[in-house]
This record gives sequence, C-alpha cells and structure tokens, in this order.
Amino acid sequence: MRWVNIRPRRRTGWLLGSLPLLLVAIVYLFASAARHAENPSDKLLPTPGAMVEAMHGLLAQADPLSGRLIFWADTVASLERLGLALGICALSALLVGMVLGVLPAARATFGAFVTTIAVIPPIALLPVLFIVFGLGDTAKVALIVIGVTPFLIRDLADHITAIPQEQLIKAQTLGASSWQLALRVALPQALPRLIAGIRLSLGPAWVYLISAEAIASDVGLGYRIFLVRRYLSMDIIIPYVAWISILAILMDVALAQLSKRAFAWAHGAGR
Amino acid sequence: MSALLSFQNVWLEYGDKVVLERVELAIAERSFVSIVGPSGAGKSSFLRLALGQERPTRGKILLDGTPLPGECGPDRGVVFQRYSVFPHLTALRNVMFERECVGAPLTARLFGADRRRARDEAAAMLAEVGLGDALDLYPAQLSGGMQQRLAIAQALIARPRVLLLDEPFGALDPGIRQDMHRLILKLWEEHALTVLMVTHDISEAFNLGTRVLTFDKRRVDPHAPHRFGATAVYDLHLTRKRREAIVEAQQEVLRLTESVITGKEESL
Repeated sequence: MRWVNIRPRRRTGWLLGSLPLLLVAIVYLFASAARHAENPSDKLLPTPGAMVEAMHGLLAQADPLSGRLIFWADTVASLERLGLALGICALSALLVGMVLGVLPAARATFGAFVTTIAVIPPIALLPVLFIVFGLGDTAKVALIVIGVTPFLIRDLADHITAIPQEQLIKAQTLGASSWQLALRVALPQALPRLIAGIRLSLGPAWVYLISAEAIASDVGLGYRIFLVRRYLSMDIIIPYVAWISILAILMDVALAQLSKRAFAWAHGAGR
Repeated sequence: MSALLSFQNVWLEYGDKVVLERVELAIAERSFVSIVGPSGAGKSSFLRLALGQERPTRGKILLDGTPLPGECGPDRGVVFQRYSVFPHLTALRNVMFERECVGAPLTARLFGADRRRARDEAAAMLAEVGLGDALDLYPAQLSGGMQQRLAIAQALIARPRVLLLDEPFGALDPGIRQDMHRLILKLWEEHALTVLMVTHDISEAFNLGTRVLTFDKRRVDPHAPHRFGATAVYDLHLTRKRREAIVEAQQEVLRLTESVITGKEESL
C-alpha cells in the first residue's frame, strides 16, 4: 500500500498525536536525571519533583507582601487583559471591517490607511503606548488591540468583499436596502470568519501580552516568568510556559466550538 | 400588444470597446424571451442592463413606460447560474428574506403574526417549486437542481414584473434540466410571468421561448474587432404551432442521429 493512502483511524490518530508529546517528556526526564546525577544542585533542567515543590508555593501559599495566591493572581490578571483586548479587537474589527467590506466608497477612502497601520510593528509602538497611557493595564491592552485589530479588519473586509456579486444583486432585487444588505447578508457571513480570525490572532495576542508584562508590570504570567528569570528558576518558568500553552489551547478549542455551534452552515452542516 | 420593457437605441461601451450597439427591442407582457448567441456577443451584458446592474452608455430602457433607475430593484427578479441563494439561511428563510426586508426596514426581521404569514407564504412557494420537504435545509445540503428551484422560489415571492434568468440551468444534468423546464413553464403560465432567459443551449431556447433573440455582431472590423458591438440580429416570434414544429424537427434530428450512430436506420 502506498504511504499516501495510509489513514489512521480516530483512536489511532489520538494515540499518534500524543506520541511526540510523550517523547519530549521522556527525553526531558532522562536529560534532567543525567544532569542531576552529575550535579545535584542543577537549576537548568529541574526534576518534576522540584517543579511541583516550587509551584506549590505559588499555587497554595499566599504571598506575605500582597496576601494573594501568586499563580492565580497572575492568571486572572493576564486573562483579564487578554480578554478585554480581544473583545475590543473583535468589536472594532467587526464594525470597521463591515463598513469597508460593504461600502466601496469607504474601502477607497480608508483601505490604504488600514493597510499602512497594519505594517507598523506593534512592539515598536510599545514605548509610545507607555508614554501616552502610563505603565498601567491600558498600555498593555492597547498594544494587543493595535497589534491584532488591523489584521482582523483586513481579513474581514476581504472576506466580505469576496461574497459573490450574485448574492448582493439578488438581495437588492428582493428589496434589501444598504443597511439590510449589511445586516442580513454581510454580517452573518462575516461572523464565522471573525471567529476564525481571532483564533489565528491568539498567538500574536499572547506575544504582545507577555512582552508588555515583561517590561512594566507587577502581576501577570509574563511578568512572573521574566521576574524569576533573574534567579534562574526554571522550576517556575517551565510550568508557567506549560500553563500558558494550555490556556491558549483551551481558548482556541472554545472558539472553534462556538463557531461550530452558532454557525453550523459555515462548517458544512449535515453534508 | 403593449410593451412592458422597451430598449430604445441602447448602446453599451467600455472605453472604446463597444459591447452592444443600437439595441431596439420591445418586450411584451407575458412573453418568454430566450436570448442566444456566441460567447462574447453581449447576452449577459444585455441582461445586466435589464437588471439595472449596469447603465446604458446611450439610449433608454423603459419599464412600464418609465426609465429604469441605475440600480437593481424589486420589480426585476433574477436567477443566476450559481450563487444566487444565501448560504447562511435555510431554504425557508431564503424565501422569507424578501418579506422581511419589505416588512421591517430597520431590523429586517418579522415577529408574531407577520412572521407566521410570511412563513406560510414562503412554505407554499417552496411547495410549488417542489421543495416542500426541504424547508429547514441549508443550500449546501441541496443538490444543484434544488438550489435553482430555491433561487426561483426566492425570486418569485417578490412578484417581479420581469424575471431575468442568466443561464439558470447551464450547470445541471440533462434529466434535471428537463424537470426544470417543465417547472419554469408551469410557473410562467400560473404566475403570468414575463421572462428573459439567456442560454447557450439552442434547443432549450426554442423549447421554452415564445420569442428567440439571437445576439451577434452585424459588422466586424478584422483590424479592430472591439469597435463594433453586438445587437439582436435575429428576432423570431414563435407561435405555439411553430414552436411545436421546431421542437418536433429537433427531436426527429436527434432520433435520426441516434439511429445513424447505432446503425439501425430502418426509416431512411
């Protein structure tokens, strides 16, 4: 049988998918054990036991200064910033993307402008944001918004522009006004695309969040990682990175499920 | 015979490229006009003019004696070869769309008794085109022929003065196409429609039409082919008798061709 025709079944697929993860974990355990055999106080590849111990302090014991459980305070702070920023991104992208996608005159006026904004590297603007908004949460949220929104706007506007002309003509022959066309034809077809766009933007959004937290903050997952770096605390950094990955995966899966539930027609319903 | 739709010395040009020239036509109410012609002879451009998707460069188009506005409106319904239904709405909601747009300018959604009435009318229309069992299916779940039935139902519920069909059956299998011919003729009679249909299938044009227009260029400049536009070079009005004769002749030709191919030419 040709290799291209070998298709794993669902269960086998799960098994195959977990193999690389398992492999990485095993390689890590061996490497860690080897380093500790040579130098029992090695900090670079901490053993799982050391990680559990270090994380226990952050998970269950209140910080003597602030009285907070540090791990959960970091998680809540980061998710709040990320959620607020992505909410603002989604709403503004939907509004602007719809206007650009539906109205050719608006596209002619603002299309090039949005493209120009989109090519500015957001991180380069971070100092400006700190100067303008101060070192609080506003600057961090603003960085994510500036980084993600132009991409979402362009993606959405392109998607709406690509709706077949026949559909728009048909709607007009059925008496639809510009407003009704936007509301009943463009908007419902834009929403699943918006969710797909946000899913793709999750990666960059996390990058901007952690960058902003690393530079100026007093709480947050990114802040913590960069703080403990000074003490070479790999036993905290590795679990934090794993936790960030898990959060990112959960958000992605939740958005995918939302899109499937709410817009079944866009996912080949019943075919 | 009063003209419902009339073209008076209509020209359509893009820059120095002439697509249509001197189109003079009067289309009577309740006629079924088939439009045939080679590719690039302006059939679809002609339909776009009638639809209001494009404006003539020169000349006038009158519907019921008043000039057409420069955009599409509910007095002219349309069915394209593809993409003329909304993929995000069920069959029922696709047909209710017109009622919702007319009935609720702001929300484009109906509620209560209005909604029930629109729903019932849409369901009746769908039953008429043979989609009574597919009310809650999305277009992606329908076959090509069913999607075209849906597109027709969606256009007809608006009660257009003129129904424009742009190669509506071009992408369908021959058997399905015949079913669709029967359906469109039935609807044409029952709803007293005026139909303009562009097709590249000559037998379809004669089978359905009460009048067949052939678009082509009258003059060709070999050094500048774009300098002359197309117009209706043949204009055949078919009586029922003539149509039947033509269809019969076509079938005879088909039968003979078949017998020649299979080698059983006992009648020759």
